[in-house]
Amino acid sequence: MAFVIEMLDIDKSFPGIRANDHVTLQVEEGSIHALLGENGAGKSTLMSILFGLYQPDAGTIKVRGKEVRITDPNVANGLGIGMVHQHFKLVHNFTVTENIILGLEPRKGLVVDTRKAEKRVEELSQLYGLNVDPRAKIEDISVGMQQRVEILKMLYRDADILIFDEPTAVLTPQEIHELMGIMRRLVGEGKTVLLITHKLKEIKAVADTCTVLRRGRLIGTVPVAETSEEKMAEMMVGREVNFHVEKGPAAPGDVVLKLEGLNVKNAKGLLGVKDVNLEVRAGEILGLCGIDGNGQTELVKAITGLQPVESGRILLGGRDIAHLPVKRRLDLGLGHIPEDRHKHGLILDFRLDENFVVHDYMRRPYARAGVLDTRAIGAQAKKLIGEFDVRCGQGGATPTRSMSGGNQQKAIVAREIDRSPAALVVAQPTRGLDVGAIEYIHKRLVAERDKGKAILLVSLELDEILDLSDRIAVIYGGRIVGVLDAKATNENELGLLMSGSTNKVA
Amino acid sequence: MSKRNTTRLLVPLVAILLGFALGALVLIVTGRNPGAMFLAMFQGATGVNLKAGSFNPRYIGEFIIQSMPIMLSGLSVAFAFRTGLFNIGAEGQLIAGSVAATAVALWVEAPPVIHVLLVLLAAAVVGGLWGAIPGFLKARFNIHEVVITIMMNYLALFLNNWMVLYVFGSKDRIKTALFPATALLKDDALSALTNGSRLNWGFVPVLLSVLLFWFVIEKTTFGYSLRAVGFNKDGARYAGMRVERNMVLSMAIAGGFAGLAGAVLTTGTFNYGRFLPGAEGYGMDGIAVALVGGNGAFGVFFSALLFGMLKAAQPLMQSQGVPKEIASIIQASIVLFIAMSLGIETLISKLRKQKIEALGEEAGV
Ligand SMILES: Nc1ncnc2c1ncn2[C@@H]1O[C@H](COP(=O)(O)OP(=O)(O)O)[C@@H](O)[C@H]1O
Ligand SMILES: [Mg+2]
Repeated sequence: MAFVIEMLDIDKSFPGIRANDHVTLQVEEGSIHALLGENGAGKSTLMSILFGLYQPDAGTIKVRGKEVRITDPNVANGLGIGMVHQHFKLVHNFTVTENIILGLEPRKGLVVDTRKAEKRVEELSQLYGLNVDPRAKIEDISVGMQQRVEILKMLYRDADILIFDEPTAVLTPQEIHELMGIMRRLVGEGKTVLLITHKLKEIKAVADTCTVLRRGRLIGTVPVAETSEEKMAEMMVGREVNFHVEKGPAAPGDVVLKLEGLNVKNAKGLLGVKDVNLEVRAGEILGLCGIDGNGQTELVKAITGLQPVESGRILLGGRDIAHLPVKRRLDLGLGHIPEDRHKHGLILDFRLDENFVVHDYMRRPYARAGVLDTRAIGAQAKKLIGEFDVRCGQGGATPTRSMSGGNQQKAIVAREIDRSPAALVVAQPTRGLDVGAIEYIHKRLVAERDKGKAILLVSLELDEILDLSDRIAVIYGGRIVGVLDAKATNENELGLLMSGSTNKVA
Repeated sequence: MSKRNTTRLLVPLVAILLGFALGALVLIVTGRNPGAMFLAMFQGATGVNLKAGSFNPRYIGEFIIQSMPIMLSGLSVAFAFRTGLFNIGAEGQLIAGSVAATAVALWVEAPPVIHVLLVLLAAAVVGGLWGAIPGFLKARFNIHEVVITIMMNYLALFLNNWMVLYVFGSKDRIKTALFPATALLKDDALSALTNGSRLNWGFVPVLLSVLLFWFVIEKTTFGYSLRAVGFNKDGARYAGMRVERNMVLSMAIAGGFAGLAGAVLTTGTFNYGRFLPGAEGYGMDGIAVALVGGNGAFGVFFSALLFGMLKAAQPLMQSQGVPKEIASIIQASIVLFIAMSLGIETLISKLRKQKIEALGEEAGV
């Protein structure tokens, strides 16, 4: 079969890092070709080169057998290459159709012929089973729908090589399932799909071929049907990966963190957390699971002081911290790995070493008499970078913004665990991370538990909750609807509790 | 130096060059000689008249005193900006500082050096309070600082004029009584040294302010937390920093720098309080200086010298038949080019790449 895309011996460097190192990728026409690799492996860089966003330092690109120079995305479009980025590029107060035709509006005289465009969008949507309303405003439709608009945008431009950069990171399980169907339909109509991901399950579900990158290097290209998940994980990470967290039995001690009759308002001004009572003991991980938007965010923010408490008490080591400022809570032994690492967890425009001391910059050894000790801060950065294997191009001086998501998250985890708080509130610690990083972060959390810390783990991933927790609390509609022993429950029981169909208050 | 840092320096330098080129172009298009403009600027900065082959240090003195107040108002804007606040109010804070300086100069009796120090202190404190008010309103009620600072500019202007006319008392309705010698930054020795310019000891507090800015922002824990707030308020709050307090303090310190400029003007450049028919533009100049200086202490230092030089060269240009408005055109276009810095950055990286490719071809790669 003919290769529709050939990227041969591609090199691309950024300051301090070789993002692509002699990478070769050959894609067969009409196939779903997955590009697998940990965060920072160079997947997006390679695809950005194919889409004309970056120029390779060396190497050749052939499209349909012909050597080409893709100097910008317009050239890529001309070659029939389209890309759905990790972050969508849609105008929110425009309709679906207006977004799709942006830049190549069909005209009738001087007037944009929206009617005609709408009809075409409708047709395409039907053909590929996308189910998009051409007249809906972007701001009114779900993230999954917005992604389909991006797909339609490519199809409208007659692209037949479609690049998806981590398309499932923003989707719910149901939407992921539907997207897989759409991809199959696309190749059924003769398109070629390039799927960037670090999720093995998805590759197993749809891809024909899989190319694995690690630290910028090509590890290999394998047929998916004949390769096990374990094998692909090993290729990606460079060693055998444990999918299951190994941990001994918990040895719970005294109650460290206790919530009593906690009520918290949500953004709409209604009670998002209702009369919550919970206890987290030293040496245990209490998992809190629930469908997104059932009060988890408000609960975490209330405990950590980012949002005011309506009523109730939050006891940390027996002391009510419900109305203390953030700083006091941290000083009393609270740690927080936040859900949103860009909004809360990091100051992206700081250097990495500056980010390691955001809580303790005013203390010895990082400061003396109000003056920063850059040497001590640098030493701390060096220690954490080494200990937690944070990959960054320029050590402590690396601009945090330039780091990959996984390494940013590792930096946060490193900082919070290094502070060694008695109670650690952990929200979505591995969202968007690859298996290697997930495995590592899980291990560190279990190690903290074994050191006798109390850990409250909030996650939307049931697997993560089941793997890590000793006890599991389920939240639904702002209330705790069940607290279960992790060993004695399963996905089904949790699923029912999470959807509010049963109630099992201990 | 890393590529990122060189680009950070290169962008303003390219913008400045483009600004001068544009100024020269305007002159050529209108049929005048751009050479005269550059001669006037050179003379304004160095005192050397290349055409006549003469040297007059008076011009250097005037160049320095033109740079001093805008250096301080530049620091003021930059300091607030590092905390994520847009201080349009340097003008008003400067005027409030002048009023305080005038009051202490006229009403307080103190021995020589002490009196000047009291004048400077009062100006910085009152300017600081003038800045702290919008800071507080922003922190407490989330009222945008731009709106309040603009209002407070007018308030300061009217307060000044009312004080000059009715409280300090003005015979000619233009200025107050002259200050006692103990209150002055003015010094005949400095003036004599520069052939009768208005050069005064104001440069000492100005330079100390530059150093203070640098030290506080770059070296102290307080500056660290201000920068954190400036980059990401939510992140700073998560880290346990007191975001609201930092905003108030940052605006207060910004106001302090501008207030100090008021004292440098009233007791250095002049020796009396003045009735002001309207804003004098020190606040706006401060915004330009901060922007071109990249909101850093030393950047502000150099960009204030640049704009001070442009101001000082204006009368010289006029005497050479070059309209003095050209200086404003140059200043405005530099600001414009900086605002377009993204474009300039791309330009620089394109040029760099071409150069590298050209070098590669030469080497036969
Ligand atoms: N524009 C850029 N400037 C500097 N470094 C970059 C840039 N883009 C990516 N990198 C670096 O290159 C490496 C590969 O990144 P990327 O291709 O985004 O990885 P992936 O998509 O596999 O997670 C990372 O270390 C990343 O920090
Ligand atoms: Mg990526």
